[in-house]
Amino acid sequence: MKRFIARHVGTLPKSGIRDFFEIVSKMKDVISLGIGEPDFDTPWHIREAAIYALEKGKTHYTSNLGLVELRRAISTYVETHYSVSYRPDDEVIVTVGVSEAIDLALRALLNPGDKVLYHQPCYVSYNPSVALAHGVAIPVPTRADDGFALNVADIEKAWQPGCKVLMINLPCNPTGGTCDRARLEKIARFAVEKDLIVLSDEIYSELVYDNAHTSIAVFPGMKERTIFLHGFSKAFAMTGFRIGYACGPAELIDAMMKIHQYSMLCAPILAQEAAVEALTRGEDSVKKMREQYHRRRDLVVRRLNEGGLKCHAPGGAFYVFPSVASTGLNDRDFAYGLLKAQSVAVVPGTAFGANGAGFVRASFATGYDQLVEACDRIERFVNATTPCSAPSSS
Amino acid sequence: MNPVLKLLIEGEHLTTAQMAQVAGIPEVEINQHLEQLKKDRIFLGWRPVLDLSRESVAAVRAVIEVKITPERGGGFNRLAERLSRFDEVESCYLMSGAYDLLIFVNGPSLQKVAGFVSEKLSTLEGVLSTSTHFMLRSYKEGGFLIEHSSQEADRLKVSP
Repeated sequence: MKRFIARHVGTLPKSGIRDFFEIVSKMKDVISLGIGEPDFDTPWHIREAAIYALEKGKTHYTSNLGLVELRRAISTYVETHYSVSYRPDDEVIVTVGVSEAIDLALRALLNPGDKVLYHQPCYVSYNPSVALAHGVAIPVPTRADDGFALNVADIEKAWQPGCKVLMINLPCNPTGGTCDRARLEKIARFAVEKDLIVLSDEIYSELVYDNAHTSIAVFPGMKERTIFLHGFSKAFAMTGFRIGYACGPAELIDAMMKIHQYSMLCAPILAQEAAVEALTRGEDSVKKMREQYHRRRDLVVRRLNEGGLKCHAPGGAFYVFPSVASTGLNDRDFAYGLLKAQSVAVVPGTAFGANGAGFVRASFATGYDQLVEACDRIERFVNATTPCSAPSSS
Repeated sequence: MNPVLKLLIEGEHLTTAQMAQVAGIPEVEINQHLEQLKKDRIFLGWRPVLDLSRESVAAVRAVIEVKITPERGGGFNRLAERLSRFDEVESCYLMSGAYDLLIFVNGPSLQKVAGFVSEKLSTLEGVLSTSTHFMLRSYKEGGFLIEHSSQEADRLKVSP
């Protein structure tokens, strides 16, 4: 059968953590810090809006771009929170999660062989999405000693002729890395200078803990070269609704719409109805969840550092990305060992690209009590594995 | 009766260590009893009783009388449960008499509470009418008297 499979699909590697999670799913009493979604259920008023829509017979197709009401709500929300204004009529498209929006954008932009810069470690789908759109992905490293922020110098170093797109995800999954305004402005200037289109995946932007979030689209010359991608999964805990959106220059949105129109037609109407409710009345729910994540982040960062794993405080998202170097193990052995010895699941950093080597991703989107227990177990595991530098005095 | 439940019903705020002393059993057992009560959904959680009028925290409370249409099979339950899930709803009771549900609602402002009633509550199929009463002042809260003027009765230090 292999000969029938398209080359670029056949050569695509499977997600590196698949076999690992096969093992996890068969084990009992595992505390999983491997899950990349909120532990909260969608706030009730949002779920109820979907039920209400169903009761009212909202079961039909919507416009390809999405419900006008939702696009208006998105436009207002983005303007209020990110200070960039987009016309609901032709600069906004509603998609099936940000994942679809990324796929649409890449397919709309890339000719075979076009190059895409992206920072790494990064979300597992970035590299494959570029490959599926016949592009070439060029990683830009980010570093732990820098809080995994993105540096323009590293982008400059990685840049090569043929680069057309820069993909950024700030705050970042898996590192929680964010970028301050000054650095982001330099990156923006570089994008203008090299005539790059920026795909800015801001799915975690409501979940920042130390500094206010800035979108790269606000800088001079950027709105016309940025596709702003956002969704409802993380901030509003709506992963299963599969709903997101893209905002950008009308011509680009129109090109994305063509693919969306023929492949997806429109995002599910019930998810769109729920999204309207989320944007218009969901602010309080987001605030409550953010406060919870903040408390958990402080706990986990403190406990991991005390327990012997060097861990920076992530500026956003709900992941910590500690180094496991102190244990003398590589990230994969650490993750397998921890699972076997203490039944705690974390994701090996190499699942997020080669630059993740020596780190693991632990999600703190888990109840506080569970996190305390998980940190206890990790500490026990680290103590048992760390090579002794000095004999203990008895 | 579960000894911890007995202490909880009496309503005095005790730490688990104090409960252990009063009931004369080890604290470990107190915790086990508490866990059991939680598991049985008898003990639902703790809430402080606060008089927020002294702290100028913006909070509006209202009681809403709701008439609804009962349904085959579930009676009032389905709608009552659906309404109860909203964060704004503090308590929800099925009542005898002129209306069916009595709902206690709170929110940060009059507009938010009014929005809940007009957008969420009254638009539901099965809700026939609502009658909203805003609370103006409270005199007793969860068993505690709220004294607006501090008239502490002077007790003699020594009395015959």
